[in-house]
Amino acid sequence: MHDEYELIVIGGGPAGLGAALSAREHGLERILVVERDVQLGGILNQCIHNGFGLHYFGEELTGPEYAARLIDRLNGQAIDVLCDAMVLEIIPGENGHTLRLMSADCGYRTVGSQAIILAMGCRERTRGAIQIPGTRAAGIFTAGTAQRYVNIEGYMVGRRIIILGSGDIGLIMARRMVLEGATVVACVEIMPYPGGLTRNIVQCLQDFDIPLYLSHTITRIEGKQRVEKVIVQEVDDRFHPIDGTDIAFDVDTVLLSVGLIPENELSRAAGVEIDSKTSGPIVYENGETSVPGIFACGNVLHVHDLVDFVTTESEGAGKAAAEYVLRRIDVLEKRIYEKVSHDDVNLQSPSYDDPQKVACEAEHARASHDDVERSALIDDLSKKLVQGRSYCLSIVRDETISYTVPQRIRVQRVDKQVSVFFRVKNPQKMPKCIVFRDGERIVASFRRPYMMPGEMERVTLTREQLDDVCGNELLISVEEIR
Amino acid sequence: MFDVAIIGAGVVGCAVAYELSQYKLRAALIEKENDVAMGASRANTAIIHGGYDPATHTLMGRLNVEGMRRCFELCEELDVEHKKTGSWVVAFDATQRTTLEMLLEQGVANGCEGLKILEGDIVRSREPNLSDDIVAALWIPESGVLNPWEFTLAMAEVAVRNGVTFMPNTKVCGLTWRQDHYEIKSHTIRSALNMSEDSSFQQEYHRETDIIAIRAHYVINAAGVGSDLIHNMVAPPAFEIVPTRGEYFLLDGTAVDHLVGSVVFPCPTRAGKGVTVSPTVHGDFLIGPNSEVVADREDTAVTGGALRDIAQKAHRVVPSLNVRTSIRNFAGVRANSTYGDFFIEKSATNFIDLAAIKSPGLTCAPAIARVAREMLQKDGLLKEKRDDWRGGRRIIRFKEIPEEERDAFVRENPLYGRVICRCETITEGEIIASMKREIPPVSIDGIKRRTGTGMGRCQGGFCGPRVMEILARESGRDPLSIEEDGCGSTILIGRTKDPRSREVSSE
Ligand SMILES: Cc1cc2nc3c(=O)[nH]c(=O)nc-3n(C[C@H](O)[C@H](O)[C@H](O)COP(=O)(O)OP(=O)(O)OC[C@H]3O[C@@H](n4cnc5c(N)ncnc54)[C@H](O)[C@@H]3O)c2cc1C
Ligand SMILES: Cc1cc2nc3c(=O)[nH]c(=O)nc-3n(C[C@H](O)[C@H](O)[C@H](O)COP(=O)(O)OP(=O)(O)OC[C@H]3O[C@@H](n4cnc5c(N)ncnc54)[C@H](O)[C@@H]3O)c2cc1C
Repeated sequence: MHDEYELIVIGGGPAGLGAALSAREHGLERILVVERDVQLGGILNQCIHNGFGLHYFGEELTGPEYAARLIDRLNGQAIDVLCDAMVLEIIPGENGHTLRLMSADCGYRTVGSQAIILAMGCRERTRGAIQIPGTRAAGIFTAGTAQRYVNIEGYMVGRRIIILGSGDIGLIMARRMVLEGATVVACVEIMPYPGGLTRNIVQCLQDFDIPLYLSHTITRIEGKQRVEKVIVQEVDDRFHPIDGTDIAFDVDTVLLSVGLIPENELSRAAGVEIDSKTSGPIVYENGETSVPGIFACGNVLHVHDLVDFVTTESEGAGKAAAEYVLRRIDVLEKRIYEKVSHDDVNLQSPSYDDPQKVACEAEHARASHDDVERSALIDDLSKKLVQGRSYCLSIVRDETISYTVPQRIRVQRVDKQVSVFFRVKNPQKMPKCIVFRDGERIVASFRRPYMMPGEMERVTLTREQLDDVCGNELLISVEEIR
Repeated sequence: MFDVAIIGAGVVGCAVAYELSQYKLRAALIEKENDVAMGASRANTAIIHGGYDPATHTLMGRLNVEGMRRCFELCEELDVEHKKTGSWVVAFDATQRTTLEMLLEQGVANGCEGLKILEGDIVRSREPNLSDDIVAALWIPESGVLNPWEFTLAMAEVAVRNGVTFMPNTKVCGLTWRQDHYEIKSHTIRSALNMSEDSSFQQEYHRETDIIAIRAHYVINAAGVGSDLIHNMVAPPAFEIVPTRGEYFLLDGTAVDHLVGSVVFPCPTRAGKGVTVSPTVHGDFLIGPNSEVVADREDTAVTGGALRDIAQKAHRVVPSLNVRTSIRNFAGVRANSTYGDFFIEKSATNFIDLAAIKSPGLTCAPAIARVAREMLQKDGLLKEKRDDWRGGRRIIRFKEIPEEERDAFVRENPLYGRVICRCETITEGEIIASMKREIPPVSIDGIKRRTGTGMGRCQGGFCGPRVMEILARESGRDPLSIEEDGCGSTILIGRTKDPRSREVSSE
């Protein structure tokens, strides 16, 4: 391990692996991947079912197989890997960032890096986060923890099981537990529609005759030492339990599949701006966060349901990090500084997002009589231009869309096209259109036969479409087909 | 034969054990659960109360300030996590303002120092998130928060180090005076510790008990919510416990921006001190408790209605508070009683009640122990101090090691370089060290109480399996026998592919 890197990737799951490989491919030579577990692969290691890789590898793989493909590629590359080590802190700097990490083997280390990719994945929402009344008996697991016990450690967590939440991990675990000889009495979901992929509802519940109770929730857990009984009630449209709808289930185990939360404590502490909707960093078109040189991809950015999308997204972030490092930002900054201070003609060139506004601001800066103030203003403007931060499009959404990633686009940075990931807020069972508008004008429109909140959607905007946008906001919404 | 047997290893029993361990005598600390601090002492608001609240003529009023000062000293001596944050009692109108004046006067009479009433704007300049509707507040500088189970454990550890016998899994069910000693009849619950591979499939095993008789010249009743039952074994009923539950939210300190820097109480009412908003020693925030009489003394379930009510009340004091950042709910049962005050009496021959120790019992515990010691001394016990007594306690917490010393420390102690609990940054070294102390943990929560693993936002989802592995490995146990918390709370039911792990169908 060195003391200085061009790029450090935090997390060795599919996102981290994909990002490191892509950064290497795009020319970086000193890359370090830090993984807290003893092995690479992230959460895929415990997902022993198949259904991974259809989009990316064009064949059906299990989680560990998918991870193995990425790890094999990585092993052939000059990329440093440090497992069983945890990153404890990111200290952003003007000229490169610093990380503090620790492991039993290498001690407590401070390492520098020009760019950082956040790929820490997510964690599961717990009982405390959703406030289920009742006792605190043993036998209540998040589905992912149960998955680890069963698939990796080889232990059974229960015999009679109820599942709260219809997220994918819960659905997958319902099937797994049945295959391991347990009885799954029900899957209970508070929303009027399932949270997971339709294919998982069919293959994991329906195929095994496990009833799915929509618009229901667990309102009480009983049992002193170990769970003994669970009360389920129907809820009204404001999610309040309806009296008289109680159903009691005798179970010894409750599995929670009630949501995943991107793991952003490190990012937050480093001053990275977080989107309250995704709980992940706010990013630009290339995965760069609000802190220059820090990028994010995978579940730490927003929760994905398909690992294939994670891989594509992380390849983008790896490429962007390589560009960031190789472009030698300081040289560029100097050149722009020169331009801002002397040469207004070049500022009219279309390589800046809003030339008129830039020219105007440059003029204003040069006109200042106070030397100190002048150079400060010029400095400021050139920095803004390098990062392209002040002149970018924000993607805004109406109430039909729950979030988008990226949230901001620096049009000039878009090569040919940019993918926008989003989720709809409510199930759309009839064919609808996803429409991007610049004011009233439609910029792009995409037809979808149906859309569910549990399934992430992706659309692609081209550079041409973006170039035509006049305002600085792009509105995305679900609309009727006209 | 023991000289003194203490029944109950809550904060009161452990404070007494700590006090007695300094003298030449044989003492036993008898506890029905598998660890210390399994009752009220682990589920409370964790506040070191300043002493303005209890009426001056009560025992609570007389012991609070002494207990508070002793708590701070003991936390220093025993390396217990604590913060002297100070606290506020806030008033929303003129009537409540009068209450503040009354509390200030009472506080001064109880021996509090530095109390003052400040105007709303000044209060908000120090606690910017408090409601604009607050007109004034009483400031109590000498108060704060501590880690209640660690406090209890720390005193017990020193006691055991100095010869006190700790008897977990031992439930007292009868007391008989035999001329010069008590025969203490107890159920001993055979713990999962010595189970064979096979029996781990029978949960019933845990409940199998043996009856034993422990003999002691003197008995001290510190049985918390069960203290009236113990009292009634030797004396006519004098008080009755009215179990009163309080529920809580624990809010994630990394998700909410700083809420409050000190403990914030509403104005007290007849029902009690009300819903408080307070920081914890771990950097999180505690919201609660409510107050509800329950039938079952050990009913620590949480209820939807109470939680909604608590959220609403806390919101009034700190409007920006959001319970969506909750990481855990829990409840504790107060040993309130028909007597109304602590019941501290010599109720029978060689028998002392330290009973009905309700709030502020945590704060008062060291003072209660001092009173108990004097009562024993009056009866001619505790004549001679031990000259070989070893006090003090030091815990290595990775988080507290200064930045510049960490590398050298980890290189020398590599186990401290492996983070097991990612939310609280607890290392394998800390977990293993906790297992080598005077009272080793036997469960996942036992390790949680000693090191802080699983206390954070993921609530053990990540570290639980890893802690289990370490606990099993270091104590030579089968992971199948490892319990979450109390006896019978096993986590795993068997190995996969083992037919015994399947459900036995009833047909
Ligand atoms: C419990 C669970 C089960 C899932 N099951 C399925 C499934 O069955 N099917 C499916 O399609 N998708 C599943 N998913 C979604 C799946 O997580 C994603 O498709 C994909 O694995 C996300 O990749 P990632 O690299 O972003 O995150 P992860 O795979 O979670 O990888 C993140 C890595 O970062 C490491 N890390 C985090 N913080 C640090 C730090 N500070 N220092 C060093 N390392 C760190 C972690 O140890 C981890 O290895 C599941 C997700 C979870 C959480
Ligand atoms: C909701 C709540 C909030 C509170 N907040 C505060 C606060 O902020 N500050 C403060 O100072 N105080 C507070 N208190 C009060 C404080 O927690 C208690 O007064 C204190 O913990 C009581 O200690 P104890 O040792 O008497 O009881 P416990 O801790 O309950 O210990 C009694 C022990 O006796 C054992 N036992 C019972 N019966 C038997 C038997 N038959 N055989 C063997 N063992 C037995 C039990 O298992 C238990 O471990 C609060 C209490 C509650 C419930």
